[in-house]
Amino acid sequence: MCADRLKLNIALQLGDFSLVMDEELSTPGVTAVFGPSGSGKSSLLRAIAGFEKPHVGHMALGEETWFDSQGGIDMPAYRRPVGYLFQDARLFSHLDVAGNLLFAERRSRSAGQGVHMQELVQIFDLEALLARHVEKLSGGERQRVALARTLLTRPRLLLLDEPLSALDRDRKADILPYLDRTQERFHLPTLYISHDIDEVAHIADHVMVLIDGRVQMRGSVVDVFDKLDVALVEERYEQGVLLEGQVHAQDARRKLTQISVGGDILTMPLVAELTLGSSVRLRVRSRDVALATKRPEAISIRNVLAGRLIGLREQAGSGQFEARVRLRSVEIRSRLTQVAVEDLQLEPNMDVFVLIKSVGLVPM
Amino acid sequence: MSDWTPIWLSLSLAGITTVLLLIVGTPLAWWLSQSRSRARPLIEAVTALPLVLPPTVLGFYLLILFSPTAWIGSFWLELTGTTLTFSFVGLVVASVIYSLPFMVQPLASAFEAHGRIHMEAAASLRASPLDAFLRVAVPLSARGFVTASVLTFTHTLGEFGVVLMVGGNIPGETRVVSIAIYEHVETLNYADAHLLSAGLLVFAFTVLVIVYTMNRQNPVRVR
Repeated sequence: MCADRLKLNIALQLGDFSLVMDEELSTPGVTAVFGPSGSGKSSLLRAIAGFEKPHVGHMALGEETWFDSQGGIDMPAYRRPVGYLFQDARLFSHLDVAGNLLFAERRSRSAGQGVHMQELVQIFDLEALLARHVEKLSGGERQRVALARTLLTRPRLLLLDEPLSALDRDRKADILPYLDRTQERFHLPTLYISHDIDEVAHIADHVMVLIDGRVQMRGSVVDVFDKLDVALVEERYEQGVLLEGQVHAQDARRKLTQISVGGDILTMPLVAELTLGSSVRLRVRSRDVALATKRPEAISIRNVLAGRLIGLREQAGSGQFEARVRLRSVEIRSRLTQVAVEDLQLEPNMDVFVLIKSVGLVPM
Repeated sequence: MSDWTPIWLSLSLAGITTVLLLIVGTPLAWWLSQSRSRARPLIEAVTALPLVLPPTVLGFYLLILFSPTAWIGSFWLELTGTTLTFSFVGLVVASVIYSLPFMVQPLASAFEAHGRIHMEAAASLRASPLDAFLRVAVPLSARGFVTASVLTFTHTLGEFGVVLMVGGNIPGETRVVSIAIYEHVETLNYADAHLLSAGLLVFAFTVLVIVYTMNRQNPVRVR
């Protein structure tokens, strides 16, 4: 399936809230729409799907215009080749699982082309659930059925509206592989709403940060997380950086995995299933990073790396500082108290050592 | 008791009224459940009027509208050669108006419970609005349809004031059970009055118990 450009030039007014956007999404792959609640993420997806009508603007996928206020075009939702996965799945409770899938299959414009129901049942492991009443499904099963159902419409664009938010952490981990399979099999341009950084880091290629109905930032996941003042969207203790690296060594004897990140080596407890040389993403929280002005000796922390302090910023009103340290090629952040900054006499451009207490592997 | 015509007449009246109200009430209930129009409270109020008005008020106005001197009455007279007043057809029209809220309100709340979110889901699966309504909203609101139909049927069965005003008491034409009971009491024929009254009481009670039991076992699913 080819990826089309999605042109979004719309202004949407909902009560006091307004969403204004002039963007073009040309990239296939997953674009995470990220932002605090009330920032207009859902409204954006609903406008794309045709559930909300912008008061002015133009919206098109490839050559097909979906909305144009000047031309008086407003393609009804059911004609737009969009797959929408709702937060609450919205399965039809008067039908069983197979009935829900058939509902989509029968209405698909291009039924019989591309993907078959059989294949989707296989991909999403639904065989055993087909005759099940939808009320008897678990939350994770619901979302699997809903995802298969929406893919059966053979969409050209996939809109996922916080599909995991109703699930607990374990269930999320169960669903993520299915979302990955969806990408591998269908390569659909996807907009994915989330306010969970780990989720975004796992699934997205690109991020669009939405705040108060305006696009604040757009770019690759790594870039955006690097620049983003994460405090805007997340609890302070979760702040940190996202790093991309390759598996450098697997030491089964000492139970260690080494990841090479831009020339620096980070060590972490063995993750046996990683293969040598494969790409991984790591998340390093600012609160897990300490600084030293001399290389510390006799210390339990294994990850001690040399770098240069390139920025020091007080976090408003908290008595806490955020230090940015440049390693060989990546940047890392550390959270320090004011006392520590004074005692160490930290200043920009000083050579420092970063001590990383723990490294989180973002599952790929 | 030998005369079964009042019972047959009541059942026909209730049955025909229910069917007509299903046809008229469903789109009206759907509109009320989905509309963001400013006219909505107005239409809602009109729909609920029969609940609060004395049947005599409704009957009085209908009597005037149905009379051959009014345009509806004269139109009907020209069309069929019969009058709407004191006829079975007149009773049906009056019942449809009188029982309207009993059909529309349960349906509208069932549609509201399932309506918008499932209509969106259906639209995202390429179902046109009519398709989505027939294949999603209606089946999901099945219980609402049962409740609305039963309430409409039993309520029409128990109608008295409007019937008396519009239909009078013509055996085989407008003399329904409630009117027959009234006449039996007037003529001190308590035995027949008992028979019909107890019959209606038992019937209405049984039907309501069945409906409420069904609702309890299988509550309308709201998600």
